[in-house]
Amino acid sequence: MRRLLFILPLLMALLFPQNIFASGDGHEDEKEALDVKEIIFHHLGDGYGWEVPFSHVYRIPLPVIVRAQDGAWFCFSSAKLTEVTVFENEATGKKTEELTPVIHEVEKNGKTYRFYLAHVSEHKNKVVELFQLDGKDQEATKAEAAKLLAEKGGDAHHVVVPGYCMVGDEYYKEYRPFDISITKNVLALLIAAVLVTWMVMSVARYYARKGMKAPRKGMGFMEMLIDFIYTGVIKSSLGAKANKFAPYLLTCFFFILTMNLLGLIVIFPGGANLTGNIAITLVLAVMTFIVTNVLGTKHYWKEIFWPDVPLFLKFPLPIMQMIEVFGIFTKPAALCVRLFANMMGGHMIVITLTLLIFIFAAFGAAALGASTVVSVLFTIFMLLLDVLVSFIQAYVFTLLSALFISAGQEDGHHHKDAEGNDVAPEVEA
Amino acid sequence: MELFTPEFGLVFWMFIAFIVLFLILGKFAWPVILKNMDERADTIDKGVEYAQQAKHQLDHAREEAQKYMEEAQAKQAEMLRDAAKMKTQIIEEAKQQAGVEAQKVMDAAKVSIEQSRKEAELQFRNEVSKFSIEIAEKMLRGQMKEDAAQVKLVDKLLDEIEKN
Repeated sequence: MRRLLFILPLLMALLFPQNIFASGDGHEDEKEALDVKEIIFHHLGDGYGWEVPFSHVYRIPLPVIVRAQDGAWFCFSSAKLTEVTVFENEATGKKTEELTPVIHEVEKNGKTYRFYLAHVSEHKNKVVELFQLDGKDQEATKAEAAKLLAEKGGDAHHVVVPGYCMVGDEYYKEYRPFDISITKNVLALLIAAVLVTWMVMSVARYYARKGMKAPRKGMGFMEMLIDFIYTGVIKSSLGAKANKFAPYLLTCFFFILTMNLLGLIVIFPGGANLTGNIAITLVLAVMTFIVTNVLGTKHYWKEIFWPDVPLFLKFPLPIMQMIEVFGIFTKPAALCVRLFANMMGGHMIVITLTLLIFIFAAFGAAALGASTVVSVLFTIFMLLLDVLVSFIQAYVFTLLSALFISAGQEDGHHHKDAEGNDVAPEVEA
Repeated sequence: MELFTPEFGLVFWMFIAFIVLFLILGKFAWPVILKNMDERADTIDKGVEYAQQAKHQLDHAREEAQKYMEEAQAKQAEMLRDAAKMKTQIIEEAKQQAGVEAQKVMDAAKVSIEQSRKEAELQFRNEVSKFSIEIAEKMLRGQMKEDAAQVKLVDKLLDEIEKN
């Protein structure tokens, strides 16, 4: 432990020498100021390329697939949207490389299409299609920008005029194309899917190869997890119908777990904040919603539209029905938000704790050293906690999905047993 | 709030990825895994049950063997006892039978001896009577050599007849 305390600051000093001393010396011009919010959102969000370690400039290029406003499809490398520019600090003479967006022009069917990674726009950090403005419109837009600047204040170079995108000093009319690019998140998603397929299929193949022999090591761990979810969650909540829904729930669990854990790995195959992205959790929740309601039994729907409550609660004013119908949607919504918030929160805390080092660096070497030790320890703790949370959230999602599905599979027998006799709503009324 | 608005591209790919993953695993992996895990669990259960049964039987077998041995020993002892008893009985019976036989033989001997004696007596009597007749004959011949004696005897006999 004592050795660890010594090594960690040293390691940090080795890894980020320029940043530490550049900031520590107090040369705080505009370029080096730390935009904490920007960094956090950049790490939490999606991107058209995948960062490689120790570089802000070089990225693994990924395919951008967009449909332009007139319906033409385009597929090009994300590297075409950016270029590396070298900035030279006049005071120190230090050169820094920056990644700056450029307009990617494509000729197709005798027409020129312009794509651009928007920065000063409503669609920040997304690919937009640009349309050139003629002189008059340019003036009008600039006038509007000046008006907005006067109203809201802020930086003259960062005035967002709705529907327009700023490139350099010029404004372009923008159109957000239909975008199914293989972004960082999509690639991470596909990697996770392939990984899950490989892991699960290797367990399935094991039986063909080794038959009834007991699996060891990794295979044993996979089987333990499968058994844990199958017997502990699926069978206990769905009973006889367990095998019908087990494929869906097990796929959910392993997919979420893999995505969660991949998100915690800092470099290439991981690092994408997948389950901390609402699109991913939304799809998962919608899947549970579909499985629950499409395969729901008659009794389930009866409970929603004509529940066993006193008549005045459901007629003439359908209070209970409203609550129940609302409940159909809130249950998966809760699933969606729970997973999203937990994973995103974990990532955000880790990033913030790491950023503390760079924030405190401004206060000199002593503060830097102390904050480094503290924040690295906290970061490690948070990451370990996130590993636990990854498991728990995958488990909770599966458990709640199983419970919702089992609620949709009620056939009324339980109710009858509990009451001792079948109380029909008509009789009750 | 970019974080809270789902991006269409990601939703699209997630949907496809999830469906494909679900179809592949749902068709080729999960049923196989669950079936095999169940089967193996059953096999293990059966194996344990079988082992327990076998152990039980083994323990039982030892007891049973012990019991059989004891039984056999008891039977053996009984048989020995029976044999001894039978031996003495047979000897006894033989003795008795021998006695009876001897008696019979003795009785038969007695009877035959008696018969022999009677025959001998009879023969003796016959002999004696034969001898006495011969003697009487001889005596008569001697006495009747003279005619006077013969006439005297005839006179005597005639007298006797006349008297009658």
